[in-house]
Amino acid sequence: MKSPSDFELSRRKLLAGSAASVALTAAPSIVNAQSPAVPSEVAIAEISALSKVSFTVNGTARGLTLDPRTTLLDALREHLRLTGTKKGCDHGQCGACTVIVGGRRINSCMTLAVMHEGERITTIEGLGTPDNMHPMQAAFVKHDGYQCGYCTPGQICSAVAVLDEIKAGIPSHVSADLNAPPQLSNAELRERMSGNICRCGAYSNIAEAISEVAGRPA
Amino acid sequence: MRSFTYERARTPAEAAASASRRPDAKFIAGGTNLLDLMKLEIETPAHLIDVNGLALDKIETTQEGGLRIGALVRNTDLAADGRVRRDYGVLSRALLAGASGQLRNMATTAGNLLQRTRCPYFYDTNQPCNKRRPGSGCAAIGGFSRQHAVVGASESCIATHPSDMAVAMRALDAGIETVRPDGATRTIPIAELHRLPGDTPHIETTLMPGELITAVTLPKPVGGKQIYRKVRDRASYAFALVSVAAIVQRDGTGRVALGGVAHKPWRIEAAEAQMPRGAKAVAAQLLADAKPTRQNAFKLALAERTLGAVLAEAKG
Repeated sequence: MKSPSDFELSRRKLLAGSAASVALTAAPSIVNAQSPAVPSEVAIAEISALSKVSFTVNGTARGLTLDPRTTLLDALREHLRLTGTKKGCDHGQCGACTVIVGGRRINSCMTLAVMHEGERITTIEGLGTPDNMHPMQAAFVKHDGYQCGYCTPGQICSAVAVLDEIKAGIPSHVSADLNAPPQLSNAELRERMSGNICRCGAYSNIAEAISEVAGRPA
Repeated sequence: MRSFTYERARTPAEAAASASRRPDAKFIAGGTNLLDLMKLEIETPAHLIDVNGLALDKIETTQEGGLRIGALVRNTDLAADGRVRRDYGVLSRALLAGASGQLRNMATTAGNLLQRTRCPYFYDTNQPCNKRRPGSGCAAIGGFSRQHAVVGASESCIATHPSDMAVAMRALDAGIETVRPDGATRTIPIAELHRLPGDTPHIETTLMPGELITAVTLPKPVGGKQIYRKVRDRASYAFALVSVAAIVQRDGTGRVALGGVAHKPWRIEAAEAQMPRGAKAVAAQLLADAKPTRQNAFKLALAERTLGAVLAEAKG
């Protein structure tokens, strides 16, 4: 019987290989139901020239050699094993993959890893730890800002960046006056968080958690 | 996603020249639309030219007193720029009505102009689509067409242009600065950038192969009350059914452009003479040639009423 760590390893390998599905189709000889291994990097390289990229993730410098098709999301999850960032729709519609790059929140599924040479990336793992949570993480726990938890890392990364955007004076669709500092109202928070979908519908608790960190009652 | 080779361009002219050498190449900037389409294999470039390093991310004042917006200025930065908020409010408002905070942080000015339709039949590779596969037919005609174009459409295509930003830029008479593969530059009036579908809906702009947008220019501020009103199925993070970009002067004259109704931002300057007479008169002329489907005929009334609300707000 396989130990959990064996399973973990093979699951990761399988997921890492999924990015090379075209390579699998183009080179069927390397795919064998008996073989436990997914295509080697050599096989992938024949199809798609590999690209190098270096960036900082949660304060640590990382260098990767990647198929250029690799999204930032897949680089984080499958190559750097930072699985806190979640893949939801993989099409920029749900926000589960939200990370903070250069201080800005973005959908990591809608950008290639190689497009981020030299940049500073913060994922949910970089915001806090179970023993030393970021205030936003603690507020989500306190206010029960989730049910299944799958969208939560994206919600929290987004929420942290939203408060910075308000502080920086960036207006939103619901800001009454474009030329006045934006308010920390519930309507503002909800509009700014509209790119993060929660299937469980924990929105009101999420808004309360963010409001608490922002220093205003919801 | 199909495999591709990847290069980081160093100058705009170099990027354009590189694209002209590779007809199967695409520029990538924000990537928020292109990567989506590449994952679905609707776009299948064999070569990607990353233009993010081209230093086209500044907003400068022009000699004429307008603005030159670099092609790579992110939607968030353009919407938040103090000069845009003060003098071109309709543009700030249009940008903030589009997409989500995360997407606006990535999406660029030029990329927003060049984004492709969200017609569900364009996205579904099992369906015929003259835009995706020329000559295959249009599944939207006779299909679910609630979101589709009511004016300027053709027998080949009834898709709409999805941008909010472009509608405001149309009302502001923006200019599109480009560089071509031979290094020549030109400015295309935004009215002439996007094409109507005709029988070649796959050709969406008047850009030449390899031609790269480097900036968008805005003429000096025209003042007036500037309003962007977007009607959509959700309160946030949805494409427009109908949108109105309006600049209304104190005497009731002004400009108006519509989004969500055509293959390009829809403006007919002659219709603006009717503005002091009210929304009905303006809409009648703007949409005189409309040929809606049964499912999207509501857009005609919706456009008129939205315009009416905007003109009332401008007066208020």
